[in-house]
Amino acid sequence: MKHTRVSFATVVVLAMGAGLAQAAQTDITLGMQLEPPHLDPTSAAAGAIDQVLYANIFEGLTRFASDGAIIAGLAQSWYISDDGLTYTFNLHSGVKFHDGTTMDSRDVKFSLDRARAEDSANAQKALYAGITSVDALDPETVRITLAEPNGALLFNLAWGDAVIVAPESIENIKTNPVGTGPFTFSNWVQGDKIEITKNPDYWGTPAKLDKATFKFISDPTAAFAAVMAEDVDAFPGFPAPENLPQFDADPRFTVMIGSTEGETILSTNNKMPPFDNVKVRKALAHAIDRQSIIDGAMFGYGTPIGTHFAPHNPAYLDMTGNSNYDPDLARSLLAEAGFADGFSTTLKLPPPSYARRGGEIIAAQLAEVGITAEISNLEWAQWLEQVFRGKDYGLTIVSHTEPMDIGIYARPDYYFQYESAAFQGLMVDLNAATDPAKRTEIMQAAQTMISEEYVNGYLFQLAATGVANAKIVGLWANAPTQATDLTAVYWND
Amino acid sequence: MLRYFLKRLLSLVISLAVASVVIFVAIEVVPGDPASYMLGINAQEDTIAALREDLGLNVPVFQRYLGWISGLVQGDFGTSYTYRTPVADMIGERMWVSLPLALFALTLSTLIAFPAGILAATKRGSIWDVLVMGVTQLGIAIPNFWFAMLMVLAFAINLRWFSAGGFPGWENGLFVGLKALLLPAVSLALPQASILARVMRSALLDTLDEDFIRTARAKGLTTGQTLRRHALRNAMIPVLTIIGLQFSFLLAGAIIIENVFFLPGLGRLVFQSISQRDLIVVESVVMLLVFAVVMVNFAVDLAYAAVDPRLRGRS
Repeated sequence: MKHTRVSFATVVVLAMGAGLAQAAQTDITLGMQLEPPHLDPTSAAAGAIDQVLYANIFEGLTRFASDGAIIAGLAQSWYISDDGLTYTFNLHSGVKFHDGTTMDSRDVKFSLDRARAEDSANAQKALYAGITSVDALDPETVRITLAEPNGALLFNLAWGDAVIVAPESIENIKTNPVGTGPFTFSNWVQGDKIEITKNPDYWGTPAKLDKATFKFISDPTAAFAAVMAEDVDAFPGFPAPENLPQFDADPRFTVMIGSTEGETILSTNNKMPPFDNVKVRKALAHAIDRQSIIDGAMFGYGTPIGTHFAPHNPAYLDMTGNSNYDPDLARSLLAEAGFADGFSTTLKLPPPSYARRGGEIIAAQLAEVGITAEISNLEWAQWLEQVFRGKDYGLTIVSHTEPMDIGIYARPDYYFQYESAAFQGLMVDLNAATDPAKRTEIMQAAQTMISEEYVNGYLFQLAATGVANAKIVGLWANAPTQATDLTAVYWND
Repeated sequence: MLRYFLKRLLSLVISLAVASVVIFVAIEVVPGDPASYMLGINAQEDTIAALREDLGLNVPVFQRYLGWISGLVQGDFGTSYTYRTPVADMIGERMWVSLPLALFALTLSTLIAFPAGILAATKRGSIWDVLVMGVTQLGIAIPNFWFAMLMVLAFAINLRWFSAGGFPGWENGLFVGLKALLLPAVSLALPQASILARVMRSALLDTLDEDFIRTARAKGLTTGQTLRRHALRNAMIPVLTIIGLQFSFLLAGAIIIENVFFLPGLGRLVFQSISQRDLIVVESVVMLLVFAVVMVNFAVDLAYAAVDPRLRGRS
C-alpha cells in the first residue's frame, strides 16, 4: 500500500514537472509609443507602421538585418549587369500571401510600378524614381531596369516603402494588410492595440511565437508603469531614458541599448544671414558641448558625431575633432565674421525630448558666446509647415532617422538649404558606383566635405533604448530601420 | 411648462449653431497641413499635392464647412484623414470607454458626496463637519493625474492587484471592464466628489436657515422628515447644476487620465488627432462633446423645473 502511495506522488510530481516544461510562453505583448495611422507601409511616412508590420507581415525583395546589412528577402538571389543598369531577381518559389494567393513576379511588378507611378502616394517615391521599367520575365524572375546606375538600389528596395503587396488585396490594405510574412494580421482596436498571429504556411523559417500584441502607450510615465507592472513584456522604443537605470537594476528586465539611423543635428538655415557665412557656422559648432547635451538631454545615451553619418556604418569617419567644444575659438570666429557682440536667432523645436531638452542646453551654450537663441516649441505639423517647408527658421534640432540619407545635402531646396556643386557631384558619382571600396571612398569624401563646411551642428547618433522581460530572446537591440522584427523572438523559460 | 421647454430648446439650437462655426474656424486656422504630416520629410511635392486632392483639402473652406454641417445633421461625421475610416465608427468605439468611465466616476462622486455633504451640514461644527471639510479641501487641492500615478504605483506596481492601465474590452465581461476602469474612475471622482460634497453642504446649510424649515419643524416633523421633504429638495438646484457640469467635464476632460491609464477613449482620440492634424476628427469629436454638454445642460434645466415648480410658473 505504501509503495502505491509513493508511486502516485511520483506521478503527480512528474506530471507537474512536465506541465511546467510545456508552459513556455508563446505570446508576447509589446509596448509602443506611437500608433500607426493605418496599415499600409507603402503610402505613409509614419515609422509606427513599419514598427508593427515590417518583416512581420510584409516583406520586400531585400531586407535589413539587425546589424543594418542588406540581405535577401523574397528574392533569393540577384544578378547585376556589368553596366549596372539591369538587376535580375530570382524569387523564392512557393511563396503565398496570407489570403492564399501566390506571390510571383507579377506582384513585384505591381508593387514597384505602384510606388513609382504618377499618382503614387509613396512617401519615398524619390528612391524609386530612377527605375525605368520592371518586367516579369517568368513567374520567379523579375528584371528592374534603371535610367542610370544606382549603387543604392538593393538598399532602397529593403525599405518598408518597397514591400511586396498584391493587387488582389490592395483595396483594403489600410485596415487589413495582406503580406507574405511569418505573421498574419488579426485585429486592430484603434487607440489601443494591434494583434498579429503566426502564419502556419510561411515559406521560410517559421516564427517561434504564436501571437504578438502591440499596445499603444504614448505617455512616458504610463509606459514606465506598464513595464513595471508587467502589463507589457517588452517596450522596444522606451520613451524615458531616465528610467533605464532602474530597469537595469531589476533582475526581471533586460535593458537593450543599440544604435539607430538617427543623426541628431542642429539644423542651420544656410541661406539665412548670418548663417550663410561659414565662419558663423564654424563658431556655432565650437560653441556646442556635445557630451553635456547627450548627458543632459539623453541621460548619457547617444554617440557623438561630427558629420551626417551613422557611427556603426563601416564607412563612418570620426570628424568630431573638427568641432570640438571651444567657446573661446567660437567667440573669436564670431568677431572675425563681424559679430563681436553676437546676434539673435530663432531655435524652433519639434516635440521629441531630444529636441526640447537639447534645445534648452544648446541655447544656454550659445548664450555664453553671445548668440541669443529664442526658443519656440512647435508641434510636428507646425514644424513641417514653418521649418521644413517654409524654411522660416534660424536653427532647429531634429533627428534624421532615414538610413543612409547623406544624399539630402545634394538637394539645394532641402530645408537647411546647403548648395554645393562639389557635393552634388559626389552624390552623382556615388549613385554610379557599385564597387564597395569606391563607394566607401566617395561616402567618406562626402562626410568630410559637410563636416568641414559646418553645414549643420552635428550632435549625436540617437540611441535605441529598449527594455524587455529578461526571459525574452531575439529582439533587435539596434534599429537599422524602424522595425520590431519578431521572426526570431522566443521565451527562454 | 411648454413655453419653458421651447425657450430652452431654442437656446440649445442657437448654442449648437454658434459652436459649430467657432469650432470649425478655430480648427481650420491652426497651422499645419495633414497631408505633409502624413507623408513626412522625404515626400515629393507632387505626392503631397495628390494626397491633398484625395483628402478634399483643396475645396474652399466655406464649402467644406457646409459639407461638414450637412453631414453632421444627417449623422455622417465624415472620414478620418489619417485612419481613413468613418469618424462615426471611431467615436462609437471610443464611446464604449469614455461614457462608462464618466458614468462610473459620476456615480462614485455622487455616492461619496451626498452622505458626506449631508452629514457635514446636519452636524455643523462637529468633528464630522471638520473632517469632511478637511478631506474635501485636500481632494480639491490634489491634482487628479498625480493621485492617479500614486494609485498606479501602489495598486499596479507594488500590490499587483490591477493592471497599470489599458482596457481589455467589454467582451471579456462586465467585471473585467469595471475593474479596468476602477482606478481611473476613482482618480476622476476624487476632486469631483470633494467639490460636490462642499456644494451639498453649503446649499443644505442655506436652506436649513430658511423660515419654512422652522415652520416644518413647528408643524411637528422630525429632523429627518424635514430634511427629506423640505431641505434636500430645495438644496438640489445648485447640486444638480454642479452634477451637470461635472458630467460634461468627465466626458470631455478625461484626456490626462486617459493618457495616464492609456485608455482608448475620446480624450486620447482628440489628443492624437490634434497632433496628426486630423482636422475632421477633431471637429466632429469637439462638436459631439459640445452637443453632449448642451444636452446635459438642457436636461439639468428640465430637472430644475421638476424639483422647483416656481421655475415652471415663472416662464
